[in-house]
Amino acid sequence: MSDVKNKAAMKNTDDLGDFSISSRGMTKDIIKRFLRNKTAVVGLVIIVVLAVCALFPAQISDPDYQTLHLDNAFALPSAEHILGTDELGRDMFTRIIWGCRTSLTIGLTSVAGACIVGVTIGCVAGFYSGVVDNVLMRLIDILMAVPNLLLGISVVAALGSSISNLIIAIGLGSISAFARVARSAVITVRGQEYIEAARATGAGDIRLMVKYVLPNALAPIIVQVSMGLATAILNISGLSFIGLGVPAPTPEWGSMLSTGRSYMRDYWHVITFPGIAIMLTVFAFNLFGDGLRDALDPRLKQ
Amino acid sequence: MIKFIIRRLLMMIPIMLGVVLLVFSMLYFSPGEPARYILGDMATEEDVELFNEENGLNDPFLVRYVNYVLDALHGDLGTSYTTKQPVLGEILERFPTTFKLTLLSTFVSVVIGITLGIISAVKQYSVWDNIVRVVAMIGVSMPNFWLGLLLILFFSVNLGVLPASGIATWQSWILPSVAIGCSSAAGIMRMTRSSMLEAIRQDYIRTARAKGQKEMVIICVHALRNAIIPVMTLVGINFSRMLGGSSISEIVFAIPGLGNLIISAINVKNAPLVQGGILFIAVVMAFCNLVIDVLYAYVDPRIRSQYVKAKSKKAVNAAVKKEGV
Repeated sequence: MSDVKNKAAMKNTDDLGDFSISSRGMTKDIIKRFLRNKTAVVGLVIIVVLAVCALFPAQISDPDYQTLHLDNAFALPSAEHILGTDELGRDMFTRIIWGCRTSLTIGLTSVAGACIVGVTIGCVAGFYSGVVDNVLMRLIDILMAVPNLLLGISVVAALGSSISNLIIAIGLGSISAFARVARSAVITVRGQEYIEAARATGAGDIRLMVKYVLPNALAPIIVQVSMGLATAILNISGLSFIGLGVPAPTPEWGSMLSTGRSYMRDYWHVITFPGIAIMLTVFAFNLFGDGLRDALDPRLKQ
Repeated sequence: MIKFIIRRLLMMIPIMLGVVLLVFSMLYFSPGEPARYILGDMATEEDVELFNEENGLNDPFLVRYVNYVLDALHGDLGTSYTTKQPVLGEILERFPTTFKLTLLSTFVSVVIGITLGIISAVKQYSVWDNIVRVVAMIGVSMPNFWLGLLLILFFSVNLGVLPASGIATWQSWILPSVAIGCSSAAGIMRMTRSSMLEAIRQDYIRTARAKGQKEMVIICVHALRNAIIPVMTLVGINFSRMLGGSSISEIVFAIPGLGNLIISAINVKNAPLVQGGILFIAVVMAFCNLVIDVLYAYVDPRIRSQYVKAKSKKAVNAAVKKEGV
């Protein structure tokens, strides 16, 4: 967290750099640096909790998230329903826990897709430079010229609202960030001596990229995955909020906010808790990403 | 400098063509006929056919794309299916509202972000610094439409002091601009903090202290003026981002802005309005980014001097060449 500490850590690794050749030493070092960062650990803990919620929603909350209990609509938070019930009498806690699965699944899939496509584009552009770079990056510029949310909205509007289309919509918007991050990382690695050495041993372009360039350009890409997840979760909730996200019975935080909005004047809890869930998730991924960046490469901090 | 501006403007052309192609093809290949949406279920086959013929919907993809681009160059973005009005007119009617909202949000974000950033940098590692940084992180993580809902809940429903929707009075602008401004304030705060931290360690600050200058003047004049440039770039980037990104907040606060117009157009498959709206936003954003880059070079003497240096270098090279000949 602290600049001074990090500077010290940087010095440490620089000193170690001459001696620690085994990769295990480096991983250990990174983990150590990460764990020293308290806020990053908080982020990690929240992410682990969210992952558990997404994997075992039925064990943590009620397995049944969609049966209506109209006689019990809008119950305020109580011992029985700790977060209250919604307009159809469904337990909010249960729906928020199940919503975690929805958001994380969509977020992870779309970011994974965007990562593969974006990193490939960025890697090729950075590796070859010149015309290839120019053409590919202008394509990325086109994607960047349209605001993410509007791009997502038009994709979902064109393809219809379903979970898979939402993944495409969110993924398409995240490609540009990955491409740019990967490109600049590859450019810094490309000129290194070990790449030249590998080329001298007769390695082809693809082998060079996959085996030598990419592993050394990985740090900023990993950080971008965490940051990208945060943005993706925000965009998913945004699209669901305007009715272009996950279709009705599936619990999703953004659509819970959207329905709750009509009743917020009388029942505060219907818009409060789903929002907190979104915020907490995004918060965790942001903290985690920040911590990872500092741990993976202290020089990136600036 | 002028060369740089012209080059950037030329580079915008292929990107805008690409944006049109992207949006155009998405709406082209989307299932469902616009005619059915617009004319309703009662329309006969002939009505649909007539509608398609009138709007040129029967032409092949490329013909429609080229026609659209040619028309767009003449300032004609087509006719809205629903209102039968020119799209550009509708957009220009809504744009000032979005622009005003973005300006106000930017103002909010700058005031909050820079103030907190300075406090956090001056009191580095203090309790205040930690609180400000955590609050900023929360600010980045909040969906701004949710913050909008919370603000409505608190200030309109509970306290009843501010209007929840519309743009009738000046008070109506307060909640939306705070809701939108807060998330970008967080980014500005973080940038101000790191930039200020760098500035207050410089020698000229020590010199200012040594000559007995007041601390307030040192921070606000000497340090801030040197730290502000990266912050201003971020403000500019956020400004252009908010132009296109505040559409959901516009819906929450029922503000008749451009984003609101585009989203309602999408719901009825009003393709010309969606295409026109997105293209318009993309062009405005590109111009904003260009203005930021130019201002950036203009405000910072260090960057400006690079241009001058480049120029004089060229002159020297030319002279050397001449002599050589």
